[in-house]
Amino acid sequence: MERESMEFDVVVVGGGPSGLATAIRLRQLAAEHDVEVSVCLIEKGSEIGAHILSGAVIQPTALNELFPDWKERGAPLKTAVTEDRFLFLTEQKSFRLPTPPQMHNHGNYIVSLGNVCRWLGQQAEALGVDIYPGFAAAEVLYHGDGSVKGVATGDMGRTKEGEEGPNFAPGMELHAKQTIFAEGCRGSLTKTLFERFDLREGVDPQVYGIGIKELWEIKPEHHQPGLTLHTAGWPMDMKTYGGSFLYHFEENLVSVGFVVGLNYENPYLSPFEEMQRYKMHPAIRGMFEGGRRLAYGARAISAGGYQSIPKLTFPGGLLVGDCAGFLNVPKIKGSHTAMKSGMTAAEAIFQLLQAEDATGKEAVDYPHRLKTTWLWDELYRVRNIKPSFHWGLLPAMAYSAVDTYLFRGKAPWTLHHTPDHEALKPAAQCAPIEYPKPDGVLTFDRLSSVFLSNTNHEEEQPCHLTLKDSTVPERLNLAIYAGPEQRYCPAGVYEFVDQGGQQKLRINAQNCVHCKTCDIKDPSQNINWVTPEGGGGPNYPNM
Amino acid sequence: MKILVAVKRAIDYNVKARPKSDGTGVDLANVKMSMNPFDEIAVEEALRLQEAGKATEIVALSIGPAACQETLRTAMAMGADRGILVQTDGEVQPLAVAKLIKALVDKEQPGMVILGKQAIDDDSNQTGQMLAGLLGWSIGTFAARVEVGEGHVKVAREVDGGIQTIDLKLPAIVTADLRLNEPRYVKLPNIMKAKKKPLDIVSPADLGVDITPRLKLVKVSEPAARAGGVKVADVAELVAKLRSEAKVI
Repeated sequence: MERESMEFDVVVVGGGPSGLATAIRLRQLAAEHDVEVSVCLIEKGSEIGAHILSGAVIQPTALNELFPDWKERGAPLKTAVTEDRFLFLTEQKSFRLPTPPQMHNHGNYIVSLGNVCRWLGQQAEALGVDIYPGFAAAEVLYHGDGSVKGVATGDMGRTKEGEEGPNFAPGMELHAKQTIFAEGCRGSLTKTLFERFDLREGVDPQVYGIGIKELWEIKPEHHQPGLTLHTAGWPMDMKTYGGSFLYHFEENLVSVGFVVGLNYENPYLSPFEEMQRYKMHPAIRGMFEGGRRLAYGARAISAGGYQSIPKLTFPGGLLVGDCAGFLNVPKIKGSHTAMKSGMTAAEAIFQLLQAEDATGKEAVDYPHRLKTTWLWDELYRVRNIKPSFHWGLLPAMAYSAVDTYLFRGKAPWTLHHTPDHEALKPAAQCAPIEYPKPDGVLTFDRLSSVFLSNTNHEEEQPCHLTLKDSTVPERLNLAIYAGPEQRYCPAGVYEFVDQGGQQKLRINAQNCVHCKTCDIKDPSQNINWVTPEGGGGPNYPNM
Repeated sequence: MKILVAVKRAIDYNVKARPKSDGTGVDLANVKMSMNPFDEIAVEEALRLQEAGKATEIVALSIGPAACQETLRTAMAMGADRGILVQTDGEVQPLAVAKLIKALVDKEQPGMVILGKQAIDDDSNQTGQMLAGLLGWSIGTFAARVEVGEGHVKVAREVDGGIQTIDLKLPAIVTADLRLNEPRYVKLPNIMKAKKKPLDIVSPADLGVDITPRLKLVKVSEPAARAGGVKVADVAELVAKLRSEAKVI
């Protein structure tokens, strides 16, 4: 069936902080100059904010620039950080450490980033951005000369076998002079752009972490709004990168989460269960007594920083936000840099649109502009912290102190990254990890957790977790690595089940929370995450 | 024939509803809301009747806060011709809803009103029936099939143990059940077009309806947690437990 098409000046793929900031800044510039720039933003979640999951402590630098009057506009930044605590944990004990300078949160706010995006979405709509949630960009479209022409949304109503079902509705082509990819960490289309335009040529591989988060309502007597608590150490061993965050905000709410670097080596490690047992630590568990868990979710984050930033532009479009990877790792914050990248991109695109027919042109000014902003300087200074964790936690902390205090981030060298999927060791060389059984009060199993992500996918659709070679899960992953996908997936999507005496991989695609960890960590990169039908995936409230 | 379709903005069916900790209601803060699924089926049925040449105009109506405009836009993106929002921020109980719809029926003079059989948030299943009472019209509830003829409509109803088919004189009311149809996907260009379709906003006072609640919500709480099972050694123990503990035999 023929696809319909629509034309815009700019199409933005993804309704997170970077995509929304791009769209907003473009419409602001258009209004300031009294010209018309049509901006369309599509989002695969059922609504803006549905797929957004973050800590989150937000540094309002970029927001101050975008909306100096955000307070009057009712932005949901309500809890200012009042106290930062940083603990080093051993199995039974905790030691208070001086808070690293990058983790000082004075002037920052504890928020639900999903709610911030919901608010940004309203601001964008009021400025005239056409926002369409529930539509996934499934395909990049190209002009004859190889430049990007736009994107196509996915078909709806295909059967499991890929045939047109009774309610079939074909996808739609969205053509634009400039297409902005704001897909977030490990964007499925961004991945294809990396290859097509060699955008990663000469830069370090991107490296990642998986963040698993729960939202709790706790007893008022345990609640201290404005408190942030970070931990390092247990339950990670000394060579595995990982740590927790715990933020008290709004009405007795606590955001608690655990981030594990996806360069972990032991295939028996389960980030989900590490998160569960972290909550059992004597310094932590008391906080949750008498509380109830309200929400659950997970998302991968880009942690490569400065040396992993790819080429950002190509004919017809560019990358903003975490699909390029602007996270400041020691700060564990990326929303202010994501927004700043979007705003800077908008300025470059606006200039391009005014100067000439921007169709298929490359906004080369964007990276130049970005290099003159605080974002570039900020990421440059912290570039050596994350890679130093290759040496293990304690040497890394010592190195980071030297790099930060002595060199002030300007050491005359840059440390490098290696790809996460190459880090796994064969199971035979590793010790299995015994995790405690969940108690259903403080700690939980995967299925009852996924239930709280409100995730759903129309069942009768092609599986969106595609395997390049269907024999790899059993032949390689199970045989050599003891089936790591059943442990790193935080949603119980991957299961090895007995089929006639043989272990076979079963993919429960409807459980997927769109974290992208499988696409990153699969040892032979055999799993390719593609977009399911628009509107599918988690429905995170207040995450 | 004009068809009036009522659509309610309700908590999304994928969202696990959770009582507020003080028990005063369901926590809806920043929760995804969408059109009540049974109402979506109602809209789809109206559209199919229009496509079959049985209806001329489809008017969607909704009652509630300003955000219900989104629900009406969805109905219009599916294909409804225009929308009416009765805007109010207060609680609206089924009888008040029925009275408001009656007032709109008096104004719009449709040949048929289609509603969802119930909303998935409060599961009242009352509005259609009350509306029929107020208007003195025939009603076919729990519709699994609707066939419109000259001056009458045949409704196949899902009843206990089977399907009951009734013949109603028009104008009539139909409430949609799950198996009536499968609603279409909303297409992107139609969402754009829907933004330009007319949407009128009126207040309950404009319609002269008093919506003061008559029912009092006492408490909302979670169902009791299920107690864990036990293993019994033999039939005798099972029977004993069924008799003395479960008290079911």
